[in-house]
Amino acid sequence: MQKLADQQAAFAAALIDPALPAPPGVRRQAKLPQSRRFDVYRNNMMASLIEAMEATFPAVRRLVGSDFFKAAAKTYIRREPPRSPVLLTYGETFGSFLDDFAPAKGVPYLGDVARLEWARLDAYHAADVEPLPIARLAAVHESELESTKLRLHPSLRLLRSRFPLASLWAASNGTAPSAEVNMQCGEAVAVLRPALAVDVRLLPPGGYEFISQLAAGETLGEAADRAVQSNVGFDLATHLQGLFELGAVVAIDTPRRELQKA
Amino acid sequence: MAVSAAIPARAGVGLKAQHYDAVLGERPDVGWFEVHAENYMGAGGPPHHYLAAIRRDYPLSLHGVGLSIGADGPLDEAHLARFRTLVERYEPGLVSEHLAWSTHNGVFFNDLLPVAYTAEAVARVSEHIDRIQEVLGRRILLENPSTYVAFENSEMSELDFLRTVVLRTGCGLLLDVNNVLVSATNQGYGADDYIDGFPLDSVGEIHLGGHARDRDDAGDSLLIDAHDRAVNDKVWALYARTIARGGAKPSLIEWDNDVPAWRMLFAEMRTADRLMSTQAALRRDRLEAGSEAERAKAG
Repeated sequence: MQKLADQQAAFAAALIDPALPAPPGVRRQAKLPQSRRFDVYRNNMMASLIEAMEATFPAVRRLVGSDFFKAAAKTYIRREPPRSPVLLTYGETFGSFLDDFAPAKGVPYLGDVARLEWARLDAYHAADVEPLPIARLAAVHESELESTKLRLHPSLRLLRSRFPLASLWAASNGTAPSAEVNMQCGEAVAVLRPALAVDVRLLPPGGYEFISQLAAGETLGEAADRAVQSNVGFDLATHLQGLFELGAVVAIDTPRRELQKA
Repeated sequence: MAVSAAIPARAGVGLKAQHYDAVLGERPDVGWFEVHAENYMGAGGPPHHYLAAIRRDYPLSLHGVGLSIGADGPLDEAHLARFRTLVERYEPGLVSEHLAWSTHNGVFFNDLLPVAYTAEAVARVSEHIDRIQEVLGRRILLENPSTYVAFENSEMSELDFLRTVVLRTGCGLLLDVNNVLVSATNQGYGADDYIDGFPLDSVGEIHLGGHARDRDDAGDSLLIDAHDRAVNDKVWALYARTIARGGAKPSLIEWDNDVPAWRMLFAEMRTADRLMSTQAALRRDRLEAGSEAERAKAG
């Protein structure tokens, strides 16, 4: 008699590989090599996962068209099926899959657009924390500013692209469909959900370096130094204001407070 | 939590994100809501924001789709821990899962896959339910599946399988009436007989949903549990048959795909409520008629 383990192994293998016949041990009509009965399970799996990916990657889908997207998603799902029953953030690796997906090589920025859309999804489900207003920074003494650290919002995601990512995204999600996109110009973006809605913001020069240093736990002084190296015109006050306005700061750790904690 | 957790014996609605605003804006007279647990397993964000707001005003039922109770492999303990966190946070009145498997070797298939009805599977499913009930610290309801294939090595009927698991684990049952019609049609047995044999005393909840029609390779009718349309008349008739015998039970309208406007779902829910009060009145009449006949016999 067939053991449960063997039966489920055969069933699972046939689900993921459409070239395989329906698994042995199923009854009557379901036994036919291309059984429509067994195919219900194959279709349920594929259709529901494709639908989830369509919801996550609307801009990618708009760029390549619905049929192309479905075919790409199908290949991706067979190659990298979900590894968790929580599908909320399925598709993390779709961007790198698209980078190497031969039929899409004429659209080299597709992977970056997918990474941006996944970052939006990830930010959507990230933990909730109330952002601090910039007024709180006024309490930090000027002499301590350099050695102060900022804790950033758990939903903050940074992306840098050799393509104009923010412009491409705006052009493909319907918010600025007719905007000119200069493909020669790379862009960096911050994705953030300070309250209920996810924001995608184009970062000014030096912004990516500045914020990623802060996110890595560096002090304001160190982060500003790094930003100046990549952009001599970097202005700390402007960038700090932008960061707070975005709702990206959730805590301010002055050296004194650090000391207290220690 | 402002409202009691207990799920009343009336109709409820499967809560969809499309209807958050309608529900919070109109505060409709709905007995309770049900959500898929896995949709609320993110750290934060709008899903929790809206669910917390809705839970303040309505009892909630948590319906899992990913615990893979029917799998031969072990339960995913990390997933079970996430489930417990959700139960602690939202204090649901009912918790339910499926007689099905969805994970094998770490791959999640996002579908409810069929189990062979063998003694080995009874043992495995019962172990898994014991563990889930131990971790969650409460009884769960197990849902009868909709199936498209059956297994040659099955040793018992689905009803016997469910009865045995209930005896072994003390779990309750979730009777999905649409699944009964889908499986009965696909496997060639009588849906009425199945309902008549179902252990209704163990049923803590009923599901009602829509199905699609197809044909299999032999041209025989094949029903698909699509949850993408209104409840079919045959399903309503089976539902009436169920509550005529078992009395009113928490009854959920499930509509997960091609989700309609809120008022359409609300209308379906009202239909279920009406059927429950009609059947309750008929039951009363029957009982009174019965006791009169008893008295007449005694006199």
